[in-house]
Amino acid sequence: MSRQAALAIEEAFTEEWGRIVAALIRRTRDWDLAEDCAQQAFAEAARRWPSDGVPRQPGAWLMTVARNRAIDRLRHERMRDARLREAAALVDDRSDDEDDEDLGDERGIGDDRLRLIFTCCHPALPLEARVALTLRALAGLTTTEIANAFLVPKPTMAKRLVRAKHKIEHAGIPYRVPPAHLVPERTSGVLAVLYLMFNEGYAASTGDDLVRVDLCVEAVRLARLLNRLMPDEPESGGLLALMLFQHSRREARTDPSGDIVTLEEQDRSRWNRTEIDQANTILDEAVRADAIGPYQVQALIAACHANAPRAAGTDWTRIAALYERLLEVTANRLIKLNHAVAVGMATGPEAGLALVTRLATSGELRDYHLLPATRADFLRRLGRNSEAADAYREAVNLARTEAERRYLNKRLQAVSTGPAPAEAGGG
Amino acid sequence: MKYMMLVCRDPSIELSPEQRTTIGPEVEAWISEMDGRGVRVQGQELEGVQDATTIRVRGGEVVVADGPFAETKEQIAGFDILDCADLDEAMEVAAKHPVAWLGSLELRPFAEG
Repeated sequence: MSRQAALAIEEAFTEEWGRIVAALIRRTRDWDLAEDCAQQAFAEAARRWPSDGVPRQPGAWLMTVARNRAIDRLRHERMRDARLREAAALVDDRSDDEDDEDLGDERGIGDDRLRLIFTCCHPALPLEARVALTLRALAGLTTTEIANAFLVPKPTMAKRLVRAKHKIEHAGIPYRVPPAHLVPERTSGVLAVLYLMFNEGYAASTGDDLVRVDLCVEAVRLARLLNRLMPDEPESGGLLALMLFQHSRREARTDPSGDIVTLEEQDRSRWNRTEIDQANTILDEAVRADAIGPYQVQALIAACHANAPRAAGTDWTRIAALYERLLEVTANRLIKLNHAVAVGMATGPEAGLALVTRLATSGELRDYHLLPATRADFLRRLGRNSEAADAYREAVNLARTEAERRYLNKRLQAVSTGPAPAEAGGG
Repeated sequence: MKYMMLVCRDPSIELSPEQRTTIGPEVEAWISEMDGRGVRVQGQELEGVQDATTIRVRGGEVVVADGPFAETKEQIAGFDILDCADLDEAMEVAAKHPVAWLGSLELRPFAEG
């Protein structure tokens, strides 16, 4: 295939897959049919574009092919009355020249992709199915790709997807953007699914590789789409900015041997400036709406790090204050831990240690390696090396990835053998 | 779309004296609201599982047992048949039922065809 055609297809896939699937589901209510026909349209493009040239409107071309395939398929199933009626509806649509409806209207409530997102993320579906379905239907990942990303066998993932689609069809899960009174609650559900997807990619919870870039890229792409489709929802901008800030550090997060490099020690010249600039712009616009929410606050925190030229120049006082604000809206245990870190950095390791110790005695986050790791870090900064070593050992036992264990072991070695660090609390 | 809404109570949760006096009128209020909206087709409170009888036919023999067919923590205290636009509406109707605060409500769509 010519390079130009290959690029055009790749680009069209990113732009058009979700749109085609979403439109076909609306017309036929048949998720598998929609996915199959979208797949076939792209296969057809791969056959024809290299010789025929890339059509002027690739999206319209693909939509037409996919829709014709759907009509053919439904005609073949003529024996079934209900299907025949659907086929008739599709044929009518074509003559009605409704293509504009499928292809135009980039923003807002009328976009089929928004219906698709809300349906994929419906709270009556199990959380893991919501993530998988969003990746399949909207991002166009194959079942195998999704299974690999979540480290589950392909048949398990296939079953998960089949069950979710079955429930949508048989339990009466509506294919629509929810009515106004449900929008806030459902929107935060959609945002949670996208952030979970991103985090799954960002800190692979098991396995050897720390970053599975694909899921992060997909999550960013979907967050971008959501932000475009819901321009009046500042939290969608908040989430996108948050992801971009975190994503911008991907090159600096690990060293050449795959070991973790902490935020403090990262080479900031390897942070992706373009993404940081974008995130700043998106976040500025979101907070201007004056409807602050947890994602915007987290993005504001991430911005403090991203915009500090050197680790030592980080505005920890502002970060600690932002975490306090965040705790007012979501009393999440992880946020309590991060708050403790920020307080420790802003006012000294004693204050941080006090907060972490309180968190540890409360039994919250008992199995989370970063709790003892944070305690260890404060103890190290206070020169209490043997206590720090114990806490590091505890953290090593709880760590879930090889990279985390290696990092913690390195720290453990440093406090076990080295002299007390001379550096002051701010690090 | 029709749904069977199973009203499940957790017998280990003791109602306070106040709850015991208010739950009846609350359920009545829910019934009249949902009847008024036309989303409740019918419904019935049931006697407790101590009065249940389970029937099986095994090897041609009728096997009768005292009690429910499944020993679960939650017990079906009643049911309502809902006729709703979609699951979103059924979820909203269920969430308004007073037992949602004490037990749980299971929405089972009617099988099609």
